[in-house]
Amino acid sequence: MSPRSTRPALEIHDASFSFGVRRLWSHLDLLVQPGEFLAVLGANGSGKTSLLRVILGQQRLTSGTVTIAGHPARRGGRDIGYVPQQRRVDPLTPLRARDLVGLGLDGHRWGIGWRNAGRRRRVDAILDQVGAGAYADRPVGLLSGGEQQRVRIAQALVAGPKLLLCDEPLLSLDPQSQSTTTALVDHSRRTGDTAVLFVTHEINPVLPYADRVLYLAGGRFRIGTVDEVLTSRTLSEMYRTPVEVIRSGGRILVAGLPETHGHAGHQTLDAVAAQ
Amino acid sequence: MSLWRQIFNFADYGQLLALVHNSILAGLVLGVVGGLISTFVMMRDLPFAVHGISELSFAGASAALLLGVNVVAGSLAGSIIAALTIGALGRRARDRNSIIGVLMPFGLGLGVLFLSLYKGRSANKFGLLTGQIVAVDTPQLSWLLATSAVVLLCLLLIWRPLTFASTDPEVAAARGVPVDALSPAFMLLLGLTVAMSIQIVGALLVLSIICTPAAAAMRITAAPRLVTTLSVLFAVCSVVGGILLALGSSIPISPYVTTISFAIYLTCRLIGNRRSRHGWSAPRPGADDARVSTPVAAQHH
Repeated sequence: MSPRSTRPALEIHDASFSFGVRRLWSHLDLLVQPGEFLAVLGANGSGKTSLLRVILGQQRLTSGTVTIAGHPARRGGRDIGYVPQQRRVDPLTPLRARDLVGLGLDGHRWGIGWRNAGRRRRVDAILDQVGAGAYADRPVGLLSGGEQQRVRIAQALVAGPKLLLCDEPLLSLDPQSQSTTTALVDHSRRTGDTAVLFVTHEINPVLPYADRVLYLAGGRFRIGTVDEVLTSRTLSEMYRTPVEVIRSGGRILVAGLPETHGHAGHQTLDAVAAQ
Repeated sequence: MSLWRQIFNFADYGQLLALVHNSILAGLVLGVVGGLISTFVMMRDLPFAVHGISELSFAGASAALLLGVNVVAGSLAGSIIAALTIGALGRRARDRNSIIGVLMPFGLGLGVLFLSLYKGRSANKFGLLTGQIVAVDTPQLSWLLATSAVVLLCLLLIWRPLTFASTDPEVAAARGVPVDALSPAFMLLLGLTVAMSIQIVGALLVLSIICTPAAAAMRITAAPRLVTTLSVLFAVCSVVGGILLALGSSIPISPYVTTISFAIYLTCRLIGNRRSRHGWSAPRPGADDARVSTPVAAQHH
């Protein structure tokens, strides 16, 4: 353990989370150190989003504790930066890239907010750091998906968080932007000693960077390095069905996953039954 | 020629002007509040809600006219009920639109009923729908000023979190902004503003001061402060300009206000189109985010 890591960025102790009668995960223990990159993988509905909501203080654990940089999780905690998935921003949204980043700094405060040179410098510095300085004054709605994610990362980092939560930030990005976005997150955690929790179902873009993986599926979870968790044996155990992990040229392909986008299937069955 | 004189008549203008200083003051205040709130109406995609609220506000005002109580109070009551109902039942845009579609004709129907039963001056009736200028008396003006002050103060207080919640709700929620509480709070402020606007421009044309100004401003800039400033400027020009033009004529004020408002919008759209061809919004062909093109950077520094 490095000497600078005085206290963990995220500490989850004996946590359980149930959604109604359904138990998503239980007895989860997790320690994420400053600067560590943890990839959170797993099927849809396995509780990845709930885990994020718990860390953000938006939902309560059924049992157990969550602390972020030594403080219990609470709504709007200042130690967390949040990067959502890329989605279409209306082209007429009256915000420039710098304004979106500025909201990350003081958007939660009451009043209209007075500009000052210090604030502007901070926003400029973080935009330059993520390589978005060139379009700082362009409307957010007119940026490409990849450019938008850069700006969002700047927005999440501008307040100097201890923990960066990335919630499917690669969704609907082209492969090139996926890799630049992940590389940027990696760079930021190395320079700023920010811990990263990266929720994704795209395994390959995060492979080069993930120190460890938290894999959630079927009410179970595994924590470990990529090599420990992403194996045919481990995944087969978790899904309780034969799953094959194929490694090819530095990429990982997972074959034989049970149908997780099962809603459509169920609906079809129900529809057939109704007739 | 006589048609022209019906539309524009500036005979005895100075004397008329002295008579309507209340209205001009009301128009000025309304322009400021309408211009400010319209930026949020656009950000939150609420123009249709504004229309819905104004029809129920009209119902409230006509009920008050019939009962012989304060018309502003009646219109406020209608507005607030409508705004809170739309806010509570229509969280998602789809639900919201259907609820407004249901409420709006009901409100208009009630208004027509009350007005038909009303036996007073027909100018009063018509004024609620299409606006009036001479009707702003001193007690009404005090109502308007007080309500404006409340709306203005509240709006300035919630300005930043409301901007955050309106443009970027997920991240705002993650940062601890009370996104769910801001929504009804804003609807309440919107209801108050609509009720005030009806006194001047009438129920049918409220959108010209609570939607068009910001819609126009957003065509030519994305800088938030500039959008707000322009929006206020456009709204004030439309309302006060409309009052000044309508003064000598026998025509209600609303066509003047809406025409100015629309002309501003058209101009901004043309400027915006030019700008998107030549200015910031021009997509750099084949450019990806890893490669930063220096000409764009140079342009802004």
